Order: sequence, then structure tokens, then C-alpha cells
Amino acid sequence: MAGPLRVAALLEHLDVNRESVLVIVDGTLVTGDATIAEGSTVEVRPVISGGAL
Amino acid sequence: MRCRSCRGPAIIDVRRHNAAFCATCFTKHCRDQVSRTIDSYRMIDTGQKVLVAVSGGKDSVALWDILLDLGYDVDGLYIGLGIGDYSDESGRYARDYARSRGATLVEVALPSDYGFDIPTGSRAAKRAPCSACGLSKRHLFNKAALDGGYDVVATGHNLDDEAAVLFGNVLRWDLAYLGRQSPVLPGGEGFARKVKPLVRVGERETAAYCVIKGIDYIVDECPMAAGNRHIGYKEALNAIEAVSPGTKSAFLFGFLERVAPLVAATAEEEREGLHPCPECGSPTVSDVCAFCKLAARAGGAA
Repeated sequence: MAGPLRVAALLEHLDVNRESVLVIVDGTLVTGDATIAEGSTVEVRPVISGGAL
Repeated sequence: MRCRSCRGPAIIDVRRHNAAFCATCFTKHCRDQVSRTIDSYRMIDTGQKVLVAVSGGKDSVALWDILLDLGYDVDGLYIGLGIGDYSDESGRYARDYARSRGATLVEVALPSDYGFDIPTGSRAAKRAPCSACGLSKRHLFNKAALDGGYDVVATGHNLDDEAAVLFGNVLRWDLAYLGRQSPVLPGGEGFARKVKPLVRVGERETAAYCVIKGIDYIVDECPMAAGNRHIGYKEALNAIEAVSPGTKSAFLFGFLERVAPLVAATAEEEREGLHPCPECGSPTVSDVCAFCKLAARAGGAA
């Protein structure tokens, strides 16, 4: 995707609930209002784990 | 966004607290939440020896890290479940973390110590894999704690886990399970005391804690858990949380404060029917405990 783009807009575009993920940009955690610059490496990391409790 | 505590640039927002934090203040926030939980539920007394159940996932390694930082005498317990590459990898994360902190990791392996693994056991017993896995882990945590002379077993159940379990129990109005749901399960004849110090910390926060502190953990979900009911409950609760931050916390802590005392008697009644399993000595309400039945059906030995 082309930047710049706000994190919240990216998650909305991907149809991902922000409660269920962390967003890591160029190796650093970012908040929902952060802007992702063109050329950045973005990881949307799921945080929901399940299974035996 | 600015850090609520120091006003520096924030890297993580926690919407149910209407707050954001920088890395330093966030790790302190997590430690404070755990410390407050341990104190308010009187989970661990001074000088007690703690065994933390470590899977290699974000919650259990974050819990171990926080308990060590808070100065508790805490060892880890890793249970090898024989779930192929997933178990190999999760074990590596648990061992790497233990090594990085110079901490003691006790290990038990279902295949080599008991002669079966979770895929085989669940098939043989016609149980869902997560059911066979859960009962095996509960049995082995308890046994390791009693055998090792630990005062308390701590597990990495977080706010999302507990809210999802509550959600499922309410949907079924399962009073026996509701009566048992608590951040502290008392010790007793054949039972180690069990505590859940992460109940005030969401799983998004335990993951963020690990990322911030540079703790590697297994990110992939267990291949046997994919699509299970518990994950479905979490997704449903997160859909509500997204439009109404704080719902999960209000749901869980409202239950613990106002409803749990009303249904606690059902758990007491169940405890009264317990007797030692003739095979392994663990408390059970059946003729033989569920773990021994599972092991027998899977061709192993408890």
C-alpha cells in the first residue's frame, strides 16, 4: 500500500479489529493514530491465543 | 498520542484505560497491575515458592518475567505435549527465556514420561484436542507443584482468557464451572494452590510487553486450537470491546465481585465428593481420574 497512512486507517482497510493485533512499524510498536511513512516495513501481529486453559 | 505517565511519545494505547504509554511507563504499568492483583487477592505470601506454567507463548513468559522482576522466588514448568514442530518450537522459546534470566525451568514431556502425545490421546479418547491438552496440563502442573514442594502454581491466564471462559460458561449457564471461576483456586488435599496474576492484563498488553522487553515468544497459534470455540468467544468479545472499550473488564470483574459469591457453593459441593484416584492419587470425583483414563486409552501410563 502507498504511504503515508495512519495505522487506524490501515487496520480498517484490512478489516482487522485493533483489539486483536499489535502494529509494529520498522521494528517499533505504534499507536492507532501513528502515521506510517512510505517505504516502512509493517507487521500486523495477531495477539489472540486460544486452546487449552 | 502522549504517554499518560510521563507525557513522552506513546507506543501503545490501552483503550479500556483511555490511556497510552511509552515503553518504560508501559512495562511499569504491567508490573503494577500484576502486583496489585497479587496483593488484592492475596495470591502469594512472602517467602513462598512459585511454579509458573510456561508454554513459550506471550502470556506465560511475560508473567514469568514480571514475577522475577517483582522479586518472587519463581521457577518455570514446561510441559512437552508432543504436538509436532509446534511443541519443539515452543519448548525452545521457554528454554531460551529461562537461560536469558538464569532461571530454573522444570520440564515434563508427555511422550517420553507418559507414553502418549496430545494428538494420539485426543483421538484415542475421542476428546477435542484442547480438552485432552487442558486436562493433561492441569494434572501435570498440579503434580509438578506437589512433587517439587512449590507453594503456588501461577498460570498466564489473562483478562481475555478469563472473560472468554466466563462468556462460554454464561452461555451454557454452567453453574459448576461458574462456581469454580476465580483468580485464586485454593490448595487442599491433593491440590496445589493456583493463581492467575494476569487477570487485569489484556492479551494485547502481554504481547506488547514482550515486544517492548525484547522477549521472543511463539507467535503462531497451536495448530490444534485453530477455529476452536474459545477463540470464537474472544473474537465476539473483541467486537464488542472495539465499540465499547472496557466491556471485557467490566464483565469479568462484575462477575467476580457480584456474582461469583452467589455461585461459589456449587464448587464447594463438588469438592466434597472428591477422593484420591486409585491409579495416581490425584483428587477425582470419578472412579479413576480423567488423566489416567486418557493415558490408558492412549496406550500410555500415568
